[in-house]
Amino acid sequence: MSEKVLMKGNEALAEAAIIAGCRFFFGYPITPQTEVAAYMSKMLPKVGGTFLQAESEISAINMIYGASSAGFRCMTSSSSPGISLKSEGISYLAGSDLPAVICNVQRGSPGLGGIQPSQADYWQATRSAGHGDFHIMVFAPSTVQEMVDLIIRAFDRSDKYRVPAMMFADGMLGQMMEPVVLPEGKDIKTYDKPWATNGHKNKRPHNVTNSLYLDPYLLEKTIRERFARYDIIKEKEQLAEDYMTEDADIVVVAYGASSRVCRSAIVAARAEGIKAGMVRPMTLWPFPERAVRKAAETAKAFLSVEMSMGQMVDDVKLAIDCRRPVYFYGRTGGVVPTPGEVLEQIKAINGGLK
Amino acid sequence: MAIVYRRPKALNELEMHYCPGCNHGIVHRLVAEAIDELDIEGRTIGIAPVGCAVKAYDYFACDMVEAAHGRAPAIATGLKRTMPDSVVFTYQGDGDLAAIGMCETVHAAARGENITVIFINNAIYGMTGGQMAPTTLPNQITQTSPYGRDTKTTGFPIRVCEMLSTLEGVALAQRVAVDSVKNVRIAKKAIKRAFENQINGRGYSIIEILSACPTNWGLSPREALVWLRENMLKYYPLGIYKDKYPEGGESK
Amino acid sequence: MSKDLTLLLAGFGGQGLLFAGKVAAYAGLIDGREISWLPSYGPEMRGGTANCSVTISDSPIGSPLILNPNALIVMNLPSYDKYIGSAAPGATAIVDSSMIDRKTGRHDISVFYVPGTRLAEEGGMKGLANMILLGKLLKETGFTSFESMDKALVKCVSAKHADLLEQNRKAVKTGFEY
Repeated sequence: MSEKVLMKGNEALAEAAIIAGCRFFFGYPITPQTEVAAYMSKMLPKVGGTFLQAESEISAINMIYGASSAGFRCMTSSSSPGISLKSEGISYLAGSDLPAVICNVQRGSPGLGGIQPSQADYWQATRSAGHGDFHIMVFAPSTVQEMVDLIIRAFDRSDKYRVPAMMFADGMLGQMMEPVVLPEGKDIKTYDKPWATNGHKNKRPHNVTNSLYLDPYLLEKTIRERFARYDIIKEKEQLAEDYMTEDADIVVVAYGASSRVCRSAIVAARAEGIKAGMVRPMTLWPFPERAVRKAAETAKAFLSVEMSMGQMVDDVKLAIDCRRPVYFYGRTGGVVPTPGEVLEQIKAINGGLK
Repeated sequence: MAIVYRRPKALNELEMHYCPGCNHGIVHRLVAEAIDELDIEGRTIGIAPVGCAVKAYDYFACDMVEAAHGRAPAIATGLKRTMPDSVVFTYQGDGDLAAIGMCETVHAAARGENITVIFINNAIYGMTGGQMAPTTLPNQITQTSPYGRDTKTTGFPIRVCEMLSTLEGVALAQRVAVDSVKNVRIAKKAIKRAFENQINGRGYSIIEILSACPTNWGLSPREALVWLRENMLKYYPLGIYKDKYPEGGESK
Repeated sequence: MSKDLTLLLAGFGGQGLLFAGKVAAYAGLIDGREISWLPSYGPEMRGGTANCSVTISDSPIGSPLILNPNALIVMNLPSYDKYIGSAAPGATAIVDSSMIDRKTGRHDISVFYVPGTRLAEEGGMKGLANMILLGKLLKETGFTSFESMDKALVKCVSAKHADLLEQNRKAVKTGFEY
């Protein structure tokens, strides 16, 4: 095992992508993810890879489309406003069954918004990453170590299922430093890509990378087939951490940076004798319904804490069919909730339970 | 008996959907002939546009990628950067290349991206039914310029080869037409040179082909060629606008 | 099990607060503890105020954003005004008195006024007031050992600037002995 090193979230993410076999990065500068691109521009040439600063987010995602269609592991990275621009390309990737990893180091929005950490792109990532009937896998790290572990997983699952994957971080995780252990990458799996448009070398019929189906029945069939794959992903790829949920009356649901705040609040609540716990989704699509449902067996109430006006809270309600009250607390615009604020919410809910 | 004419190997045996008198078929053939003659089909990846040539991914026998509207140069960049030994061409119309995809076009050219661009300029949007294009001529009537293109409100058509010829990354920018046997021969040679430039690592080559769109121009195929000669050639003179490696300056 | 350190460093961009925070964090890492380091970022880093939160703990760290630090290093007046009131009762504050000519009325925190910037200039360690103040914090809180701090310096000062290592060591020592 390698030694623990202190790394910034953005840099750890980039380094782990290289470990995962990513050799091509196309991106456009935007705060607060710039370190990802800077790191890639420095490191990729050293490992025989290519970094290219694109003329726009739209171009960057289409360069990814080209690189992925050739069968290579590749990645782009941006922050909220830039992801909107990429959404066209994400839809095409999904419609052409191309793997790719897209990082969103979120900042407050809508519009130009701000540059402080946010989780307000949840709906965009999990519901409508672009036009049409499709999903992407969404991974939500909450530590710098998880930036590493989950991006390696994202590359793997994206190739395995031929579904684009998003690393859903925020400005706080991107900018903070924590100790990480970088894996050596010996167990990185590679996948055959007989579908790649990489030149048929006169040995096979021509491959076509395409999302156009003018026959609606054929288009419906391909979408249904893709959704059958989504069902497998939903079954096999839900990830969540249970934190003190065994006996919890109040179960907080939070991911990423806000889950860290909640962890502090839960420790404080427990110190006051309140049985609080947390289900921390590590995948947002698929949403870890099973973990939330299981927590509902003992929980009397749920509290969704987000850095948004309330988006994931819908998924919490859906997961438990509204069988328990689901409360929401959030800060938005780049404001990070404090443990004290969350503790107040937990106490208020606990007061109502008595 | 000697065979003097046959389907190029790089074209699949399919009936094309193009209208009578459309020049896409000729240009497809010229591209395929160049691929055959250079024996590069096995390492060639073509990128089809959004527009009338959208189904080009079925027609060409090499590997093909279908692009979002205007994004072909960016996709070509992704392909070429991952596989420098491949041969990558985009096939784009005027709306695709010079309107929605102008940003991608200019920057791929500025980078000297080592790709070949086949650019069909027929002064109109074909697939969507004849709207005004960035290359529509002044006073030309289209579905969205029903009183003729008014340059006071819609500006002027873009001369793509002239504009791109100012960029250092461009190896070859040439405008051709396929309205006559003579011009078809010139076009063929230009397209082949655009591929040769790429094979020799010389950077971005664009061949702009003035093409007829009888259907959307509301003319017969024969009238359309006359219209092209009388109108388009004046605004878009044929010729070489940039040639970093002129013939005789030997390849390789 | 040692006490958690929740350290906030604040001052102007360019005073080396992020670096000092990183050295403190590395010392915690060398001690085998949990750590997090969170900078402010964006335009405010360009010549405005910069701050950085460092947590060193024996248990996994929740929020890395420190609102009520138990250790504070401040190097300019705006930061002093902004943060001195936020320090947790019992906190240790190190104030660069060559930049800040104000004294707090708070009696529930321990404040040490160290003319870091002046000491650095006089001692030929220009730009290392940050490390002098960190040395003083080490002395007053014992959040890590002198040895760990030294190892952290070796980690954080890039090999390219080996000459700076000695300067940094001297600065930490100056603060420690002040």
